[in-house]
Amino acid sequence: MDKFTTFTGVAVPLKRSNVDTDQIIPAVYLKRITKTGFEDALFASWRNDPEFVLNQEVYKHGEVLIAGPDFGTGSSREHAVWALRDYGFKAVLSAKFADIFRGNAGKQGLVTGEISEEDTEKLWAAIEANPGVAITIDLVNKTATLMDIKVSFAIDEYTRWRLLEGLDDIGLTLRDEAAITEFEAKRPAWMPETLPVRTAGE
Amino acid sequence: MTNQPLTLAEKVWRDHLVVKGENGAPDLLYIDLHLIHEVTSPQAFDGLRLAGRPVRRPDLTIATEDHNTPTIDIDKPIADATSRTQIEALRHNAKEFGIRIHSLGDIDQGIVHVVGPQLGLTMPGITVVCGDSHTSTHGAFGALAMGIGTSEVEHVLATQTLPLKAFKTMAINVEGTLRPGVTSKDIILAVIAKIGTGGGQGYVLEYRGSAIRSLSMEARMTICNMSIEAGARAGMVAPDETTFEYLKGRPHAPKGAEWDAAVEYWKSLPTDVGAVFDAEVFLDANTLDPFVTWGTNPGQGVSLNDSVPEIESITDPNERAAAERALEYMDLVPGTKMKDIRVDTVFLGSCTNSRIEDLRAAAAIIKGKKKADGLRMMVVPGSARVRLQAEAEGLDKVFLDFGAEWRFAGCSMCLGMNPDQLAPGERAASTSNRNFEGRQGKGARTHLVSPLVAAATAIRGTLSAPGDLDENNG
Repeated sequence: MDKFTTFTGVAVPLKRSNVDTDQIIPAVYLKRITKTGFEDALFASWRNDPEFVLNQEVYKHGEVLIAGPDFGTGSSREHAVWALRDYGFKAVLSAKFADIFRGNAGKQGLVTGEISEEDTEKLWAAIEANPGVAITIDLVNKTATLMDIKVSFAIDEYTRWRLLEGLDDIGLTLRDEAAITEFEAKRPAWMPETLPVRTAGE
Repeated sequence: MTNQPLTLAEKVWRDHLVVKGENGAPDLLYIDLHLIHEVTSPQAFDGLRLAGRPVRRPDLTIATEDHNTPTIDIDKPIADATSRTQIEALRHNAKEFGIRIHSLGDIDQGIVHVVGPQLGLTMPGITVVCGDSHTSTHGAFGALAMGIGTSEVEHVLATQTLPLKAFKTMAINVEGTLRPGVTSKDIILAVIAKIGTGGGQGYVLEYRGSAIRSLSMEARMTICNMSIEAGARAGMVAPDETTFEYLKGRPHAPKGAEWDAAVEYWKSLPTDVGAVFDAEVFLDANTLDPFVTWGTNPGQGVSLNDSVPEIESITDPNERAAAERALEYMDLVPGTKMKDIRVDTVFLGSCTNSRIEDLRAAAAIIKGKKKADGLRMMVVPGSARVRLQAEAEGLDKVFLDFGAEWRFAGCSMCLGMNPDQLAPGERAASTSNRNFEGRQGKGARTHLVSPLVAAATAIRGTLSAPGDLDENNG
């Protein structure tokens, strides 16, 4: 995973609340077995609508999404994060993120910054007055700057540290392998085991 | 050891702590059971291969095919090439990494959240994860069960642990006795309507109270299943005699002295007297009606006796905007009585309501009757075993005589990844868990209901409760 410190890119206003992961990527696109190439699937059911924000020339190459509250609710599909990432998004700002989505995003290097609803409105208004304007996401100082507007965003410290350092989760955990082995030695014998296979009526 | 009173969720967390997180790092928790299916796992296995890592505990891992498997002609090759590729990838990965798999056609195949409990693998006090948000289902046993993303699937495969951020606890107190025709599905739809789709965010919910205690395990699973629709990390019910009774004798349940040791531990799990929840919600079971959604998120629900809400009655500006969009998508006019809404399709199935009790309840209502003219009803059992059990009880015949389709097990029309989809503009009464735009097919409109409401609706053709049926129907 690449290190993330600051990033500047085109800001895209997504003026909807409750954008669930079925909207971010419909289920039909989940059948692929690769981890990349999902850019065409992003917001697929809205992409036919010429009015949809990403269909407007000025937002086509958007890289920072500013969405309404409760972004990423619903299904746990990590494909939602891959689709945003593959399209080119590096960060999403919203007043509230669903937990699973936020967790998935952090693992793929997509920054999820929590901002107030008031700041969301402020950014939307400024972007709409200046379509195509760039926004700078500063993960070191946890700020987003768009022209003369500077807002602070919240992100949990651990995720922020990992993103800044570009660290891989599994590698981090395997540093504690001795503790895992020790824990396993103490597990009660009646805990479920899938092997050997047992089935009803035996 | 401390004597500080703890909640059920806190006890399970405590007993799975491998490494306590310091300086803002999350705790590292041990995972007792990892469930796998074809959709969210291929990229995780690929990640292992790339890093040259093995699966740490194949003996705590089990795979089943469910999300995009067909529910007819299951003996024929899967027609859709991409679905077939995904299923083949799962089979290949299971073989390569030594993981138990229940493939299409196998007697233990079915929806992952139906299969785990059925095999007796889901137990009180364990941690369960799966790359599927409805993993919360297993919380009905007093397990801490969470949906995870594909990166986390890879993490659990490689380490059998997961770094998890601390959660808050919320008690959902449901006291009283449900009236006839009202079910656990109505409880959870009412809870979500009350706290909203984000109301549970950051929380593990514990469903408590006399109404919950009197529910069967399958009914409890329906409630826990939809915890995620309130945004919660997980949902739980404390284990009790109902839980032990359900588990005893199942293929993977402990036996003999191990059973006794397990029960002794399980009895220590319920929330201590004096434990404090971070939030509490109360719901009166005595006055609850059958519940139904009118909008495009599971929180947009009302009593079946009510009407489509007036936009002006919604004060929160975001919710109002969402409601306006939802009504447009659903093609509904405020003030319309819910019971006047006509549906094209009734879907009985999904990890929410596809177990034997759900099928029995619906069959009891439609028995000897005919479905409404022009309506389609699809019945999809949650697992191959549920299907066999239903057939042994003659339920398949009841559904077929009624004019319904009797299908093989899988996720089916809940999310329309296989050919079981609604046509654009079609309206369904569905026992599933999500009424999102396009969930059951592009442009499809979904009303979430209980199996009882689904059955009554299939008879009358309009959203209906069993109480609306009289001798003239059918």
